[in-house]
Amino acid sequence: MNHEVVEKNLGLMIPLIVIAISFGVLVEVVPLFFTKEVTTPVEGLKPLNALQLEGRDIYIREGCTVCHTQMVRPFRAETERYGHYSVAGESVYEHPFLWGSKRTGPDLARVGTKYSDAWHRAHLFNPREVVPESNMPAFPWLFTTKVDPSKTAAKLNALSKVGVPYTKEDIEGAAEMVEGKYEIEALVAYLQQLGTAIKR
Amino acid sequence: MTSFWTGWISFIVLGSIFGCAWLLWVTRKSQKFDTETEQTMGHSFDGIEEYDNPLPRWWLVLFMGTIVFGLGYLVVYPGLGSYKGLFGWTSANQWEAEVKKAEETYAPIFAKLAATPIEELAKDDNAMKIGQRLFANNCAVCHGSTAHGATGFPNLTDNDWLYGGSPEKIKETITGGRNGSAMRAWKDEIGEEGVKQVANYVRSLSNQEGVDEAMAAKGAEIFAANCFVCHGKDGKGSHDMGAPNLTDGIWLYGGTQAIVEATVRNGRGGVMPSFKDKLGEERIHLLAAYIYSLSHR
Repeated sequence: MNHEVVEKNLGLMIPLIVIAISFGVLVEVVPLFFTKEVTTPVEGLKPLNALQLEGRDIYIREGCTVCHTQMVRPFRAETERYGHYSVAGESVYEHPFLWGSKRTGPDLARVGTKYSDAWHRAHLFNPREVVPESNMPAFPWLFTTKVDPSKTAAKLNALSKVGVPYTKEDIEGAAEMVEGKYEIEALVAYLQQLGTAIKR
Repeated sequence: MTSFWTGWISFIVLGSIFGCAWLLWVTRKSQKFDTETEQTMGHSFDGIEEYDNPLPRWWLVLFMGTIVFGLGYLVVYPGLGSYKGLFGWTSANQWEAEVKKAEETYAPIFAKLAATPIEELAKDDNAMKIGQRLFANNCAVCHGSTAHGATGFPNLTDNDWLYGGSPEKIKETITGGRNGSAMRAWKDEIGEEGVKQVANYVRSLSNQEGVDEAMAAKGAEIFAANCFVCHGKDGKGSHDMGAPNLTDGIWLYGGTQAIVEATVRNGRGGVMPSFKDKLGEERIHLLAAYIYSLSHR
């Protein structure tokens, strides 16, 4: 085939480009959708409850994932510090996953139960109060803003459509569970369950 | 992974690699590397044309080299579906080998340290260097990198203890954590006036400034009827209850009138997490020695 034919023919060039760049996805991503080791939840994995889910959305909103990963890699240096390395079965219910790719702060994949609730509250209100060297921003507005319960049930419903096993009761009770809760409570509830499905 | 997907992956991966090799072969035009042609690509923009020269040799060799490397890599490492690679490498077994090696190196050291009594270990500079690292990794986030604590998180250097500072007690605290020692809220029981009086009395125990003597005298009665259960009749606290000594002028949450009032009014509840599963007995022993050393130098 001559160069000219491809270069002067967008209708041909576009499909050829798509084919050329799709190889990576076809090989590295597509087979995983059908691989049991990746799609089976680890034993004891529970979907986030309504409050934790609202916390997760605050985590996303405040951009925590920009500075914190949720992925302990299988290196001793990491497992010594954070606990057991992350496995695929832990992320089965995550839509989207929040693994992140940049660590300005520490990894949070196993932060659940590592610190007390009181510590999280003190730390999120002003990180310098407990860690003087910290350069993490303060999030004082979480303590004065309440969670909006109007969309919680819809969020659970949407997730159940993509395979997160929420029951009818979960969805119906969602709004009630977050009603009147401050955002800090939701966020701490989310943080405290991170990585607790498997033993450290 | 099923054999279908193994076939799928292998077909595309190897197909791409050999496809690249083929493309490289058919486009090199069998020209010599050092010949420059006058032939152009046939397009011209604003009078600018492009010669149709063969690929430079270094570029071609590099490209072929990557193809050979790629094939070699796929033989050695598991890249083609369920094919395990020549040496059966996985990220998990690499991690296991790494941990095993470290364990072999460090286990005897930790075993020896764990057999040494804490009082003795606290005087061993090398052991304390390891202890300091463990502290920085696990404890510093709450207790501070210098172990001086923060509001609500105890200072570990002042030899003032909530649950006792003996080596055994420190170990117990790290191993099991401390929980459920919450101080209850008193506002409903003794009323706002009572809260103020008790706060005055509590502050008078350590001779704080600005204590209202009359209020404190009334507070003493409330204290004697309620607070003594945990904090003791003399206000010196109880390690069994985790109730702080109120007479030493050391404050976990602050000692101003307003803060002591808030403490009495709403209660307090500090939680220390358990490190039993995370650190194991030997490291906890060493860590306890480090913490012990901070107030016994």
